[in-house]
Amino acid sequence: MSRRPYIRKVQRTWWLGHRRYVVYMLRELTSLFVGLYCAVLTVGLIRLAQGAAAWSAFLDALSSPASVALQLVCLAFAVFHSVTWFALTPKAMVLTLRGAPVPAKAIVGAHYGVWAAVSLIVLIAAGA
Amino acid sequence: MARSNKPILWLPFAAGGLVAALIIPVLILITGVLLPLGVLPLPYDKVAAFAQNPLGKLILLGTVALPAWHAAHRLRMTAHDLGLGSGLLVKAACYGSAFVLIGLAAAALMMI
Repeated sequence: MSRRPYIRKVQRTWWLGHRRYVVYMLRELTSLFVGLYCAVLTVGLIRLAQGAAAWSAFLDALSSPASVALQLVCLAFAVFHSVTWFALTPKAMVLTLRGAPVPAKAIVGAHYGVWAAVSLIVLIAAGA
Repeated sequence: MARSNKPILWLPFAAGGLVAALIIPVLILITGVLLPLGVLPLPYDKVAAFAQNPLGKLILLGTVALPAWHAAHRLRMTAHDLGLGSGLLVKAACYGSAFVLIGLAAAALMMI
């Protein structure tokens, strides 16, 4: 006997139907921009390995108006990723301290603290 | 219990999500805003010295490899959500491009 399981048709635009779904899809699509920027970083490492002239050309390319515009879009999505990622951490890991659960706000707050510290260290290391 | 390869995919996904959240925004701020404005010139000698240091190499590789894996895994799931399928093609495109990026970054770091 052949089985014919019922598979409901899902439209590709299903996520446009509700604000929550749009936000969900924007959150998931942050990965596209994170991946894109990883590619930019990889190109940077290759240009760095090629020497001072190649590195200088890479910096010029990063500073072109089109590249700045692309990076600003990447920055917006990257910050959205950070905010949403920190927001879900207390849901993904439940910490207990002396038998009592650590409040979600404390876990999220600690992530923001580490984010600020890491950003500051990177800025100082980069020569700010 | 059935064996699952999911933890192997998840662990670097979660690590990459955290690394991306902590470090990618400030890096884009540097390369996309502060460098074009002339605030941070990122001189070759300084950046190359950081990349020549073994600890620097490890930090740079982690900064590329973990978020790249995170992005690949999440894009694969998003492709499914968008009705683009979840077959071998999607897997190969997502994880494959992450592997290529990680390999290129590692090779470049070894040559610096």
